[in-house]
Amino acid sequence: MKNLTIEKAHAALQKGEYTCRELSEAYLAVIKEKNKELNAYLEVYDDVLDQAKVADEKFKSGNATTLTGIPFAIKDNILFKGHIASAGSKILENYTASYDAFVIRKLKAVGAVILGRTNMDEFALGGSTENSAYGVTKNPHDTQRVSGGTSGGSAAGVASNLALGALGSDTGGSVRQPSAFCGVVGLKPTYGKVSRSGLMASTSSFDVIGPIAKTVEDAEIIFDAINGQDVLDSTSIPENLELRKYNLKPKIIGVPYDLINQEGIDPKVKDNFEKVVKNLENLGYEIKNIKLINCIALYYIINFAEVSTNLARFDGLRYGMHKDGKNLLEDYLLSKGLGFGKETRRRILLGTYVLSAGYYDAYYGKAQKARVALKKDFVKIFSEVDLILTPTSPIPPWKIGEKSDPLSVYLADLFTVIANIVGVPAISIPSGFIEEKGVKLPLGIQFMASHGREDLLFEIGKKFEEIAPKALSKPYLGL
Amino acid sequence: MENLAALARIELTEGEKKDLLSDMDSILGYVKQIENMKVENTESEYKVYNVWREDTVEVREFSKELITGQFSEAQDRFLKVKKIL
Repeated sequence: MKNLTIEKAHAALQKGEYTCRELSEAYLAVIKEKNKELNAYLEVYDDVLDQAKVADEKFKSGNATTLTGIPFAIKDNILFKGHIASAGSKILENYTASYDAFVIRKLKAVGAVILGRTNMDEFALGGSTENSAYGVTKNPHDTQRVSGGTSGGSAAGVASNLALGALGSDTGGSVRQPSAFCGVVGLKPTYGKVSRSGLMASTSSFDVIGPIAKTVEDAEIIFDAINGQDVLDSTSIPENLELRKYNLKPKIIGVPYDLINQEGIDPKVKDNFEKVVKNLENLGYEIKNIKLINCIALYYIINFAEVSTNLARFDGLRYGMHKDGKNLLEDYLLSKGLGFGKETRRRILLGTYVLSAGYYDAYYGKAQKARVALKKDFVKIFSEVDLILTPTSPIPPWKIGEKSDPLSVYLADLFTVIANIVGVPAISIPSGFIEEKGVKLPLGIQFMASHGREDLLFEIGKKFEEIAPKALSKPYLGL
Repeated sequence: MENLAALARIELTEGEKKDLLSDMDSILGYVKQIENMKVENTESEYKVYNVWREDTVEVREFSKELITGQFSEAQDRFLKVKKIL
């Protein structure tokens, strides 16, 4: 199972070496064995074998495609009709989805088997799954450490063979950072490339659903299946949009050395990154020093503002947790006060602050202008380089409970938030291990490309994977 | 803090207020550096526009039962809330 990829599983299913049902049962058995310790899944659905039956029928009738029968995990903020979706929150503990998300409709159409919903930081606010109301997801490489977040359950699940592929959502690194922490591949597509219909909103202008997989090719297969325009998401991109398909083979890679050499970057991360750069130079890529600014303040101001607006809808009346008070206002106060976790309440309050009269121009207004300026910078940068390379995270996975100060967790998003602010696609790929106190921990590197150029990310990602086993120890888990 | 909590309709205990206040001081202190970002000659791109579709009936796979079944209180298939005024 540890060497299984989507292509390999598809070939075996096609040849009849095993059925979709048998494949699903094999994964369910691993989940039964390992999930209690890891806490990757919040729920394994009771209709898995029914889904597998539909998939097996597709093979029998000759209607199977690459993802038919492939066992998937989905993040707990993606709606799957008739199933609970709680976004890692108490306020939605018993909320049952009344319709399918766009991505679920896509997966259902090809007969993928959705095994269950995975743990996450409440409402996708955090970077370690420690903000989940249902306990932390442990890192399969070292169960003393976090799996990253916010899609920590999906990443830990793929890394430890609890699913062959998974969906996460990425607002500021929530697909890429847990993928790096767990030693798997995570793709954040171009903003609007995958419909947000049926994804619970965190920061609407940053959010995008992306695949988590064992290989770049698997991530590409999943991306191909879930992207597309949707009438239910007005920000989704038309499929026939003319993209600049010049220069199919990337040659010049920009590296923001100023950002990488600033304080707070773990020396072992830097060391690993330098090796990656050398390997890419050996492959014939030209490395160019570029300037990128630290965008954490800009990112978080917009994040707070949109989160406080989006989460206002949870009133305890129409769905989710309801606490009865003396009057309507008390219903709201009690339901929100008890239903939302600490980080969620903190961000709602911070968002209320940065949007309030008197502070609006200094914070939110300024951040929006800075966002436009950064987008302009990126047009210029991508006229000079084909790709941008950074470490995915400035630090390796931390110990559970180690970071009690919320700001220190925000700072770990240094490299990932940039792609969400400007909307470009980015991928995190395993780049080897470092040793921390006798335990091997995976690291990841991140490539960014210009809008709509996921193809460049897949191209370099596959090349990088080829050299990775030679140059760096290959991080897939032997679990 | 009390004003913000009232605006956001969130009930906080005294202990929580104290905790949140110190976190918020350090976070707001950090994000204040946005003041130093240079954005000369940049206008913010607020483009508020409508996205229309043809006014025709299309099938949407919503489950009415799943929606109304989750109301905190219902009467005759309608959501029931406490009096507003």
